[in-house]
Amino acid sequence: MSWLVKTLSTSVGKKLVMAVTGLFFCCFLVVHLLGNLTLYKGMETFNGYVDHLHALGPLIRVAEVLMLVFALVHVTTGLMLTYQNYMSRPVKYQMNKSGGGRTLGSATMPYTGIVLIFFVIAHLLGFHFADHETQTVYDIVSHAFSDPVVVGYYVVAMLVVAVHVSHGFWSAFQSLGVNHEKYNPAIKALALVFSLVVGAGFGLIPVYMSLFI
Amino acid sequence: MTKTINLTLKVWRQKNSQAKGNLETYSAKNISTDMSFLEMMDVVNETLILEGKDPITFDHDCREGICGMCGAVVNGRAHGPEKGTTLCQLHMRHFSDGDVVVVEPFRSRAFKVLKDLMVDRSGLDQIIQAGGYVSVNTGGAQDANAIPVPQKIADKAMDAAECIGCGACVASCPNASAMLFVGAKVSQLALLPQGKPEAKERVVSMISKMDELGFGNCSNERECEAECPKNISIENIARLNREFIKAGVK
Ligand code: HEM
Ligand code: SF4
Ligand code: FES
Repeated sequence: MSWLVKTLSTSVGKKLVMAVTGLFFCCFLVVHLLGNLTLYKGMETFNGYVDHLHALGPLIRVAEVLMLVFALVHVTTGLMLTYQNYMSRPVKYQMNKSGGGRTLGSATMPYTGIVLIFFVIAHLLGFHFADHETQTVYDIVSHAFSDPVVVGYYVVAMLVVAVHVSHGFWSAFQSLGVNHEKYNPAIKALALVFSLVVGAGFGLIPVYMSLFI
Repeated sequence: MTKTINLTLKVWRQKNSQAKGNLETYSAKNISTDMSFLEMMDVVNETLILEGKDPITFDHDCREGICGMCGAVVNGRAHGPEKGTTLCQLHMRHFSDGDVVVVEPFRSRAFKVLKDLMVDRSGLDQIIQAGGYVSVNTGGAQDANAIPVPQKIADKAMDAAECIGCGACVASCPNASAMLFVGAKVSQLALLPQGKPEAKERVVSMISKMDELGFGNCSNERECEAECPKNISIENIARLNREFIKAGVK
C-alpha cells in the first residue's frame, strides 16, 4: 500500500489522480447527457428512463458512492495542486505575458472547478434531494426550468463545465502519458468536440424546457 | 549603415538574496540593431561604470545560444519575445525606437535571486545528480555500432538532448514547474538502450528531487514549450509521465 500512496502523492502522481477521476467524470457526463436527451421526447419517455435507472437499485448506489468518493478526491487534489502552484512563485512578475501556450480552459481550471463544486451541490439539492413522493422527476425538472433565473444559471454553469473539460479532457491524456505526434491532434480535436457537445447538449435542455413546455 | 535605437529599460535591481529588490529605470542610447540583447546590456553597464554606479549583474557565457547560462524575463516573456531564441541570440532589431523594456529575473521558489538578474539555478543540477546519468563500467569502449538504435528513436533522443538547462521553462510556467527540463533529461536517456537499466530508479529519484526542491506541479499549460529556446516538445513530459507510471507499476 505504501508504494501506492508514495507514488500518488508525488507531483506526477497527483496529476494521475486528477486525470483518472476527471476522465471518470467525463464518462459520467456522456451517460448523464444521453439519459437527459429523453427530456426532448416528453414526460412519458423521460419518466420511463428514470424508472429504468432507479430499477437498477444497488448498482446505482454503488455508482453514487463511487462518484462521491471520486468527487472528493478530484476536488481536494485539485485544490491542493492549486495551492502548491500558487506558492511555487513567491515573488510574482511585474510584467507577465503568455508565450501562446495557455488557453482559456487551461488558465482557469481552479476557478471553473470551484464554480462547479457549488453548481454540483445546488444541482443535487434541487433535483436529487427533492421530494420524490408527491411528484415525478419530470415534474421537478419542468417546474425548476419554468423559472428564468434557474434557466439562466444552468446555462452559465454548463458553459463553465464546457470550458473546464475543454482543457481537462486533453490534459488528462497528456498526464497519463498519451501524447503521440500521430494521435495528439485527434485527441485535441476530440476535446473540443466533447466540450461543445457537453456545453450545448446540457445547456440547451433548460432553454428548450422553458420555451416549449 | 547600421540603424540605432534608443530604449528605456526598467531593470530588476536587488543587492543580494536577502535584499528587497525593485525596478530601476535606465536609458539605453544609440543601440545598434545588430547588437544582441546582452551586448545592449553591456553598453548600459559601461555607462553605469563610467558614472561610478554598480553595473547590472546578469549571467552569460557562450553568447551563442548553446550553454544555457543567460536568461531573463523580457517584457513578460522568458528570453524575450522571439520563439526558439536565447537571450544572447535575441537581436535588438526586434525592438523599436522608444520601446520601454522591462527586464526581470527568472522567478520560482526554487530559483533564488542572487543579485539583480542572476538567479541560483543549481536546483536543476541537483535534479541531474539525482538520476540524470547512466552508469558505465570502465575499460575498453565498445564499438559504437554494437548497439543498434533506430534512426527515429535516435532523432527523438537528440531532440530531447538539445535542452541546455537554462530554466526558461520554469520561469515561463504559470506554476514554476520544471517538468519540461526533467522530461527532456529523462527522455534523452530513457529512449536509448544505454538508459534502460536505470530507467526506473532514474525517473523516481529525479521527480522526488524536483518535488523536494519546491518546483510547482505541471498543469499542462504548454507555456514552457512555447518559450523554450530549444523548442523542446511537451511530448517529453508525456514520456516522463509514462516512465513514471511504468516505474510505479513494476
Ligand atoms: C463535472 C465535473 C468535473 C469534470 C468532468 C472534471 C474533469 C476534469 C478533467 C478531465 C481534468 C484533467 C485532469 C488532468 O489534467 O490530468 C480536470 C482537472 C482539474 N479539475 Fe476538474 N472536473 C470536474 C469538476 C471539478 C471540480 C468540482 C473542481 C473543484 C476544485 C475541479 C478542479 C479541477 C482542477 C483544479 C483541475 C486541474 C488540475 C491540474 O491541472 O493540476 N474539477 N477536471
Ligand atoms: S527544456 Fe528548454 S526552457 Fe527548459 S531548461 Fe531545457 S532548454 Fe531551457
Ligand atoms: S550565453 Fe550561452 S546560451 Fe546564452
